[in-house]
Amino acid sequence: MLRLPRFKYLRPKTAREAARMAADLGPRAMFVAGGTDLFPKLKRRQFEVEALIGLDFLPRAIHRGEDETVVDAGVTLAAASADAQLRAGYPGYAEAAGLVSSPPLRNAGTIGGNLCVDTRCNYYDMTYEWRKAAGFCIKKDGDICLVAPSSPRCWAVSSSDTAPMAIALGALVMLAGPDDERELPVAALYRDDGIDYLAKQPAEVVTSLRLPASAGTRTAYVKLRRRGSIDFPIAGAAVALRLDGSTVTSCRIVLSAVASHPLEAAEAGEFMIGKRLDEESVRAAAEIAARPAKPLDNADLSHFWRKRMVRVVVEQALQHANDQKGGFEG
Amino acid sequence: MSFSIIGKPLPKVDAVARVTGQAIYADDMLPPRTLHCRILRSPHPHARILSIDTSAARRIPGVVAVITGADLPIKFGILPVTQDERALEHEKVRYVGDPIAAVAATDEEIAASACDAIAVEYEVLDPVMSIDAALATPKDERIQDYGGPNNIHKLVALEFGDVEGGFARADHVREDVFFFQGNTHLPMEQHSAIATYVDGKVTLWSSTQVVHYVHRALAKVLELPMNRIRVVGAAHGGGFGGKTDPFAHEIVVAKLAMMTGRPVKCTLTREEVFYAHRGRHPVLMWVRTGVTKDGRITAMHFKSALDGGAYGSYGVASTFYTGALQTVTYDIPAYRFEGCRVFTNKPPCGPKRGHGTPQPRFAIELHLEKIAHDLGLDPVDMKRRNFVKPMTRTVNWMRVTSCGLEECTARVMDASGFRTRKRRPGRGMGFAISSYLSGAGTAIYWNDMPHSEVQIKVDRGGVTAFCGAMDIGQGSDSVLAAIVAEELGLQPKDIRLVTADTDTTPIDLGSYSSRVTFMAGNAALEAARKMRALLVEAAAAKMGRPADSVRVGGGRFGDFSFEEASVLAEARFGTLTSAGSYTPPKIAGPYKGSGVGPSPAYSYSACVVDLDADQRTGLLHINKVWIAHDVGRAINPLLVEGQVEGSVYMGLGEALMEEQTFRKGLHKWPSMLEYKSPTFLDMPEIETFLVETNDPEGPYGAKEAGQGPLLPVIPAVSAAVFDALGVWIDEVPVTPEKIVEALRRQGKGEPPRYGPSRFPDIPYPKCIRVEPPPKELDLAAPAAI
Repeated sequence: MLRLPRFKYLRPKTAREAARMAADLGPRAMFVAGGTDLFPKLKRRQFEVEALIGLDFLPRAIHRGEDETVVDAGVTLAAASADAQLRAGYPGYAEAAGLVSSPPLRNAGTIGGNLCVDTRCNYYDMTYEWRKAAGFCIKKDGDICLVAPSSPRCWAVSSSDTAPMAIALGALVMLAGPDDERELPVAALYRDDGIDYLAKQPAEVVTSLRLPASAGTRTAYVKLRRRGSIDFPIAGAAVALRLDGSTVTSCRIVLSAVASHPLEAAEAGEFMIGKRLDEESVRAAAEIAARPAKPLDNADLSHFWRKRMVRVVVEQALQHANDQKGGFEG
Repeated sequence: MSFSIIGKPLPKVDAVARVTGQAIYADDMLPPRTLHCRILRSPHPHARILSIDTSAARRIPGVVAVITGADLPIKFGILPVTQDERALEHEKVRYVGDPIAAVAATDEEIAASACDAIAVEYEVLDPVMSIDAALATPKDERIQDYGGPNNIHKLVALEFGDVEGGFARADHVREDVFFFQGNTHLPMEQHSAIATYVDGKVTLWSSTQVVHYVHRALAKVLELPMNRIRVVGAAHGGGFGGKTDPFAHEIVVAKLAMMTGRPVKCTLTREEVFYAHRGRHPVLMWVRTGVTKDGRITAMHFKSALDGGAYGSYGVASTFYTGALQTVTYDIPAYRFEGCRVFTNKPPCGPKRGHGTPQPRFAIELHLEKIAHDLGLDPVDMKRRNFVKPMTRTVNWMRVTSCGLEECTARVMDASGFRTRKRRPGRGMGFAISSYLSGAGTAIYWNDMPHSEVQIKVDRGGVTAFCGAMDIGQGSDSVLAAIVAEELGLQPKDIRLVTADTDTTPIDLGSYSSRVTFMAGNAALEAARKMRALLVEAAAAKMGRPADSVRVGGGRFGDFSFEEASVLAEARFGTLTSAGSYTPPKIAGPYKGSGVGPSPAYSYSACVVDLDADQRTGLLHINKVWIAHDVGRAINPLLVEGQVEGSVYMGLGEALMEEQTFRKGLHKWPSMLEYKSPTFLDMPEIETFLVETNDPEGPYGAKEAGQGPLLPVIPAVSAAVFDALGVWIDEVPVTPEKIVEALRRQGKGEPPRYGPSRFPDIPYPKCIRVEPPPKELDLAAPAAI
């Protein structure tokens, strides 16, 4: 059977200590929180490290303040999806957390881990032996992209369900480095690259997610996948919008699993501003949103179908957001 | 007849061990000094091996032995006619995953590194990856050096009755083409085997369905007499047909144990399980049927083309099975079947639950639906009009005894409210039926021995039953215990079982073809009745009364407890043993190829699927499944329901998502996450009805339950999609993208269908013409041949 390789398990007590360990070890170490994605990847030799730096010291609380709600990075996806405050204030976020993977993995996986989850590709998420037979790809051990051989870059797919929702909400992440802390908009955490998909410094630890006050904000996340029980997204749409009466005053639409980063459909969001959320505007916005989505043949089902489905998930997300009340006082 | 155990929903005899982790699977075994084995596999779909250099691997500390095909050159295979496999291939590889070399090392990681260090030089050959490519002239060379022309493995052509006359007589003739994609078994337990070599004897514990066939293959390849090999079935984590062949890793660990003198274990990775495969053949099918105005079938012509993968496996049988059972559900007065299996550079296909029959069942059920639509008839009524009757012979010589098709149909139609279903956009219901064998009437290799034997020993008040059958989770041990307990007036927990061990148990052909309850059950029944007679006679003698006055039951024989009666009997007769065996009746028809299809009894099923289909995404949501299964008699209804529901689960997986597909010569997704199969969260509600027809030959009237109920689920899903959306998906799996594409065609006014457009030209031989038997069946009459 597939075995885990040998590795050292380091147990720092603080985020700064963890960041220093990571800075010292460089690419020889990785952080591990829930490990639900990391351990299978170690078995398949997609990750090869000498040490894992455990993040189980991370607090696991959700703090509701005046201007924002702070979710500690160690909060599990199961806890986030069940949390009454998040469900009331940010239903789309709680929904997204509850749609990640399967119940056992949501009990282990964390919201910090889901923000940082590796990009996916079905030429890459394979055992060492399979990748060797296929010819190694640019993301690991090789030098070409097997999905788009003429392209110089890697096209692995951003597969976080919670990141698009956090971006739509205008959320921030707190990062602890070896020497200092900083905050970053979640949108700035990602790069459009299948390999270097995270824009943070490798040694920085995600310590919390800050969701801005949500009064009046309606949120929804729609995820498309083959099985409702476990799969990664093959398309998804996160929507956060506000209404004045029945007129949209702000709207952000962010797509999951159609690019190497969460893809904001800014043009579609802007299009909605000043419009009523009716069938016509929703259809037009979805049309605009779907345009930049370029799924490739490296995930489940055909990319032609996935491309066609982007419109559907955007429409559904806008409709769900409309059906909802705004967060907290809304 | 009244029973105290038979018909009771009792838990499995091994339930506690299973759920508490005490059952010992092959991978749990770790005798002292065990070495761990890993197998190097081909990275190329088709290549000649020019050289294998194992020297670097041998130098790695911890590596104890390295073997290649030169160490195991003798070929084997499950069927005597296709001995085409080697445990390790040193001349030519035929699919990505074909075993080449094996390493035994002190731990598994070292063995894996050593495999990576073996240098193999290949001459890469053009891979053959489709049925069409296999029918064409190969660019480089053929995959196998037998069969032909080109990469054709097997051709079959049979004709029963006056087919042309039947078509001439028809008011309406329709042709359709269907495709059923291949899929795999996906057992929870990966294959695992561990071997020892002690005092000149090999012992192998394996996760196999058939200890007897593994025993035979080991003897052949290791060149040892069978008496120096012992094969034991370890606790089993699921087979579904996927562990019915002898496998490379079983032979390899035995050889490595002989070489090193240490226990050697090999547990396949999940990826390797996908390569071991022997799963559902991808089958392209063409069917032409003539019917009268009122929908009675006058003739049928069925053609199949099976993508067999790289080796023979059970493929010859699979080919015949794609044509054998159409007639066992529908009365087809004239029938022509042409079958073809090709070799491709993929893992070999073989038997999976329903072996070769789910594909034609999918085709024929949808085909008849379409004919009913052509004629403006109700499809259920039209199918019903053609149902076979009990106690008949089919045109291709299958003997039908008990048959609960009518009752199964009535049960699911009533319970589902099929006739009165509420219409709403996107909602549909589909109906289908099926039949399956209760054990193949002929063995894999020609012999006249019984197909199953059971011995019973009674001493010190205890009963032990010895049987070669392997409990693969279906509950065959529980069935044996129930039968013996019933006859001896005891409880199943009172019966000790020794099973699936070639040293200690008599022959049983194994857990495949739904044969164990029927065949081992009949053998157990005979043995138990003989033992009962001994105990009754002893008790009667002591009581001074006639034997027929000794009441057996509740742990008592007349005036005595079971223990007392067994002491009396042992004193009277000496060592108490009895034996029973079962040999199926010789009922095969008088033609070549008649060995595939006959069974001492057939089970019957009917199914209704209720679903919602999303018009925009094509995603399906199964609301509920109703299924009725004619099991003859449920020896343990709890276990039968488990088999039926498990079949529905597996059928839904095949209908909706499972597919073994390839890209650039490689299996596209050999992992449990990416090879999509439903989890239990994806399962709909199932309502199961057991129909009891009391088969004249089954033990207490019992027939099979493990395979048949899978079959109707798949066409019922596709029929329900048509009911919901008005589009035909003539291809399995029925995926959202196919539905969306069919809807697009519907919207453009094209035929509202997704499926294969043509059936290739295949050089079938001239049909063997067979005279049909008399239709009425006389059980008392001597066998046909």
